[in-house]
Amino acid sequence: MLKGRAFKFGSGISTDQIIPGRYAYLRSNLPELSKHAMEDADPDFICRVKEGDFIVAGSNFGLGSSREHAPLVIKMAGIRAILAKSVARIFFRNAINLGLPVLLCDTDSIDDGDELEISLESGIIRDVTNCRVIGFDKIPEIMLCILNEGGLLPYLKKHGSFDISSDS
Amino acid sequence: MGKTLAEKILSMRSGSDARSGEIVVTDVSLVFFQDTTGPLTLRQFREAGFDKPAASVRAAFFLDHAAPCPNRELADDHTFIRNFAFNNGCDFYDVGEGVCHQIVAELLARPGDVILGTDSHTVTAGGMGAFACGMGSTDGAIALGLGKTWLRVPESIRVLVSGSLPRGVYAKDLILYLIGLISADGATYKALEFSGRGLPTISIPERLTIANMSVEAGAKAGIFPSDEVTRVYLETQGRGDDFMALTPDPDAVYEDTIEIDMASTVPMVAKPHSVDNTAPAAELKGTAIEQVVIGTCTNGRLEDLAVAAHILKGKRRNPGTRLLVVPASRLILQKAIDAGYVRTFIEAGGIILPPGCGPCLGLHQGVLASGERCLSTANRNFKGRMGNPESYIYLGSPATAAATALRGEITDPRELIDIT
Repeated sequence: MLKGRAFKFGSGISTDQIIPGRYAYLRSNLPELSKHAMEDADPDFICRVKEGDFIVAGSNFGLGSSREHAPLVIKMAGIRAILAKSVARIFFRNAINLGLPVLLCDTDSIDDGDELEISLESGIIRDVTNCRVIGFDKIPEIMLCILNEGGLLPYLKKHGSFDISSDS
Repeated sequence: MGKTLAEKILSMRSGSDARSGEIVVTDVSLVFFQDTTGPLTLRQFREAGFDKPAASVRAAFFLDHAAPCPNRELADDHTFIRNFAFNNGCDFYDVGEGVCHQIVAELLARPGDVILGTDSHTVTAGGMGAFACGMGSTDGAIALGLGKTWLRVPESIRVLVSGSLPRGVYAKDLILYLIGLISADGATYKALEFSGRGLPTISIPERLTIANMSVEAGAKAGIFPSDEVTRVYLETQGRGDDFMALTPDPDAVYEDTIEIDMASTVPMVAKPHSVDNTAPAAELKGTAIEQVVIGTCTNGRLEDLAVAAHILKGKRRNPGTRLLVVPASRLILQKAIDAGYVRTFIEAGGIILPPGCGPCLGLHQGVLASGERCLSTANRNFKGRMGNPESYIYLGSPATAAATALRGEITDPRELIDIT
């Protein structure tokens, strides 16, 4: 069970806003880079976020550049899951590869600051603050396998290659 | 049932009957990396336990985003990549050779290839009839080590073009119009497949511009058929043997079809801060612009520079508007010099930047001041994209950019081009 505070964002948050290109020189210094997570979406985010919190967004979260540093700095900032109405495809795949759950659901009813409880196994998000329960879309099978192993590298260490048989 | 281009290419490379919605494990023909995503790739490659790249995949490394380096940290990243490429016999393109997508199109991409790159504009190679798809560094590292990746075969949206582009209207205007029509997530997880009676009028450079921006509608791939236009291009590059004809089956099934009569298109601009926030350039007359950028992987080809040079010849930029020109490759820069375009740009008061990404992603070579507006031929105008979240980026064609540099305000290029 994951428990934390919701940080609410609008739609169309790009990976440029999540980790701006002007910090590219820090990409080989991830602890420093992670201090700039979400900076051009909310400059105060990094000061307020705590381990275990969630990002809750509108549609098309993570659009734009393929920079894996985007979900990486979000994870390093302490975020344990991203909830969004829709997510850009490269960002989604990158987040799963890092073991960061991305849950597609109707986020309209979740407000900034709401306390959430999330059970990945049962597919339920409980908004404790406004007493609502929301379900999220099933993650595609192969991505769920990767996520359950903790990311692409642990998955490959276990399987050796991509296992797309139906019982994987 | 017939196949779309995406289904055909993925069937060929996965050795299976690949259909939309299915997951396949496919061979990768070419995997490439650039300098801002490459270092993480190499660290993940090592972490995954690979000794060396898979023999079955062609691998290429490009130093283009920070070229030449603005600081020691990126210079150290360059050393890291340079050493890996040298030690492993990978194709390597150093600072000044140009943007990865341009070189891939010129020298490496073949119709029918599956091409992966750790850069979202990998989709550019779709203009050559390849299935080309951007991925993150870890996926890139695994493709480098295994020579394979897993993919969900995308449904395809068919874009049927008819007629031809009118004078003063270019491929950039066409793709901006399409993105404005379907929105920034209108093609998420889909392949955009281009065809129609008007296709033979669209050159390879124009196809590259269109494919390049397909990701701005969320697309997984932006694919053109491989036809006579492709064959002639490859012959001119000395790569005639790489040609393979590739067209979708007449009974292929598409999720949607969009028809565009190119004769009705007009110069378009994407306004801050999203690529689908489009309007005709004519409606933005009066918007003062402090910096114009002509070039990048989207519109940095010789044909693009030729259009801009034609408008700027013998004239000078507006005093309040900086003009930056960034050719997409060394070869293009050389040809632009030979054709006299570089002289034209310099005499117009422009600055020639090294072949590469230039100011596109806010790293160096043209960061904007707070409150400034830039008209760029690049592909993204997100908040903060060019290095300052307090600035404003408009996207347009090289013609719109050149006209804007002269007037100092967003200008429909047809005002300056004889369109009779």
